[in-house]
Amino acid sequence: MLRSRRLPEYNVRIDTDTCTVCKACVIQCTFDVFSHMKAENKISIDESKCVDCHRCMIYCPDKSISIIPTPIQYRPNASWNKESIHNIMKQAESGGILLTSMGCDKPNYNYFDRLLINASQVTNPSIDPIREPMEVKTYLGRKPDKLTISDNNGDSIIETSESPQLLLETPIMFSAMSLGSVNINVQESLAMAAASSGTYQNIGEGGLHPRLKKYAKNLIVQVASGRYGVHKKYLDTGAAVEIKIGQGAKPGIGGHLPGEKITKEISEARRIPAGTDAISPAPQHDIYSIEDLSQLIHAIKETTEYSKPVIVKIAAVHNSAAIASGIARSGADIIAIDGMRASTGAAPLVMRDNVGIPIEMAIASVDTRLNQEGIRDKISIIAGGGIRSSSDAFKIIALGADACYISTVALIAMGCTVCQKCHTGKCPWGLTTMNPSISIRINPKMESKRVANLVRAWTLEIKDMLGGMGINSIESLRGNRHQLRGVGLSEQEMEILGVRPAGI
Amino acid sequence: MNTPLKSVQRQNNPYKDEKVIDSCSIFGMMDQNKKLFAGNDIIEASASMNQRANGLGSGYAVYGLYPKYWNNYAFHIMYDDKEALDWGSKFIESNFDVIFDEEIPMDIHGIHKHVPIMRRYFTNIDLDNLDEIKEDEYLVNKCLEMNTSGKGAYVFSSGKNMGVFKGVGWPQEIAKIFRLDEYKGYLWLSHSRFPTNSRAWWGGAHPFAHLESTVVHNGEISSYGTNRRFLEMKGYRCTFQTDTEIFALALDYLQRKHQLPVEIIAKIFAPPLWKDIEKMSGGERNLLRRLRITYDKLLMNGPFSIIFANHGLMVGLADRLKLRPIIAARRKDMLLLSSEEAAIIKILPDIDEVHHPKGGEPVIARCHEGFAS
Repeated sequence: MLRSRRLPEYNVRIDTDTCTVCKACVIQCTFDVFSHMKAENKISIDESKCVDCHRCMIYCPDKSISIIPTPIQYRPNASWNKESIHNIMKQAESGGILLTSMGCDKPNYNYFDRLLINASQVTNPSIDPIREPMEVKTYLGRKPDKLTISDNNGDSIIETSESPQLLLETPIMFSAMSLGSVNINVQESLAMAAASSGTYQNIGEGGLHPRLKKYAKNLIVQVASGRYGVHKKYLDTGAAVEIKIGQGAKPGIGGHLPGEKITKEISEARRIPAGTDAISPAPQHDIYSIEDLSQLIHAIKETTEYSKPVIVKIAAVHNSAAIASGIARSGADIIAIDGMRASTGAAPLVMRDNVGIPIEMAIASVDTRLNQEGIRDKISIIAGGGIRSSSDAFKIIALGADACYISTVALIAMGCTVCQKCHTGKCPWGLTTMNPSISIRINPKMESKRVANLVRAWTLEIKDMLGGMGINSIESLRGNRHQLRGVGLSEQEMEILGVRPAGI
Repeated sequence: MNTPLKSVQRQNNPYKDEKVIDSCSIFGMMDQNKKLFAGNDIIEASASMNQRANGLGSGYAVYGLYPKYWNNYAFHIMYDDKEALDWGSKFIESNFDVIFDEEIPMDIHGIHKHVPIMRRYFTNIDLDNLDEIKEDEYLVNKCLEMNTSGKGAYVFSSGKNMGVFKGVGWPQEIAKIFRLDEYKGYLWLSHSRFPTNSRAWWGGAHPFAHLESTVVHNGEISSYGTNRRFLEMKGYRCTFQTDTEIFALALDYLQRKHQLPVEIIAKIFAPPLWKDIEKMSGGERNLLRRLRITYDKLLMNGPFSIIFANHGLMVGLADRLKLRPIIAARRKDMLLLSSEEAAIIKILPDIDEVHHPKGGEPVIARCHEGFAS
């Protein structure tokens, strides 16, 4: 690495009038910004290391610390702004791919903020969400074309067999975060929250940690290109198996676990050498075509004795609709689509910000295509990638999804402030670090409560919006584009989303 | 995606709202022995509920009214003008074997509004025309072809020994125009509406017929977008953009294509709550669970009460939360369904029993087997 010639991004100041030199900041900061000068009994600051995560400010008992983005600016230039200039400098220093984490932070790719929701009045009453039952229970899985029911002495017998289903008490699930991208304390917090909320956690591609086994019936296990830990017992453990073809933050390439985060524990779980980057293969090397995918799905179903639904997860890309149509016909029960604003533990910056399409567009076009081909009921759809609120979740269901996947939201519930440094392994909140002295900052008993609170709050909000719309069952929201209106969208965007402009 | 043809849309939904929204009254009467009776009672009952309507649309469905042509498909067709009439008659003649056709007898004395041309045709289907398609499919396709042709011809009904009479006017007016006092049937439905965004158009009134099934409906479906999308995926076309049409098509799908009994269909349109399903016994619990999972997109959410009928069958159903009224009554072998109890009492003060069904609980009236009319 050549010497950096960049000025620090943040200015860190301690108000020495109020600072009691308790050294909380020295302990809390994981980026080595603060150190204690014994002789002078003062805190010394290395601003260049600050990532603006706010851990020190929150834990300082005297509120002595302030962090501001450096007021020193480059000359105003829409093209050659600070970010463009710094990226070039970093690459000149390193000669490597610029890594980043979390989700695309660029403007203009969000459609949720341009969609509005209906309510019922006069011709059709709204339904009181507090006083009337509101049903958000969701089943995910393949549906039969019809039910053949015969009468046996007054009892109805269903002759049509049932494909395995996932039962969700609320249409919100926790998306894949592998052991390695996050630590076991985070995974256990999510598992506990999933169990108490009646939903599922996807444990990602890092294998199944023994501490999670007791939450098995609320887990989804993943088969990704690295095939970490994939054997029959692993497949049999979860409630469903997800084949990960791609992820929204970096379509086309595999998972990435930087060497800094590969501890002895991870090395044993994944059976890989410690300290070297673990980059999962780009495609799955036994899936080079749709027929290969179909074979893998059937191999998994044979292994699990057809007892679990199989999910196929793809990143949202240009021809998502055609891909989804193929997947629906390949034997999968559920398709998960991950949009470009999805988060990641580590990804090349250029891919995170430039590859893929927004989830709103992907879901709208996939739902429309599957309807046009008459196969929408063969498969359930889970949507993920930058869903920030219950209204985003509501809108994505109205656009055609059956449920949504959240990850960033769960991390924020547990303390994350989206500083985008997960890939360094130094997460001060103890979330995306494997360092046991920091990961201890996450206590599953406490953090799972925060995540469960989040799910509860969203579920109540979804019920409010349903009732306001005159609906008391979430079935009636699925694909119901009539209940959305667009603002500030082009005609073509509205056509793809299948929504009218507000006012018409 | 499937969009309705412009001519119907222009008439029925001129502001291009998502769908037509009406307030309504509904009524149904059936003699379980299939004994034929005149329509004066139902006309009076419908007229007594006039505050639910505004005179912009009323209609009737009658079963058993054509004993002479009981085995022929009876087309009731409305034409915008003479050109449409010529086209339509040619269309019927080239696709069906016409036994007899005539103008539907009308009495427009004292009526000061435009009354369209109405003609009826009693036909057979020439089996040679059919190839592999069954008679039902053939009939459905031809009616759809006519309704979406843009030629100004609209099929009101096409079933055997039944017919729909409807148009712009109060119930008494429509009854007078179509001389309904001259018919006798064993099952009558009536409807009167208060449209909020559809202009007065004869084709926009209810009942809505599909093959031999007719539906009258009061309410507004909040799940319309979801229901319509599902039915379009299954190959139906929603040409009239009304909630009633969704019911008619959903009934066709579930009854004719999936052969599901009426009791099950009611549980698809208006299923019990999950928390109540959980308390039920194993077999029933599993049945309701699977129905809700498989037919989730045909759950009708939002307020509704409907009466649907077919030969020998009349069913009344209200939504899960009973946000629209429906009352059932019986007097000997006559079964009645109505939006208002007062309308029933007005025509039959001495009823034997009255029933207020719960939301989601169907009232199913069937004719006795083996009784000739």
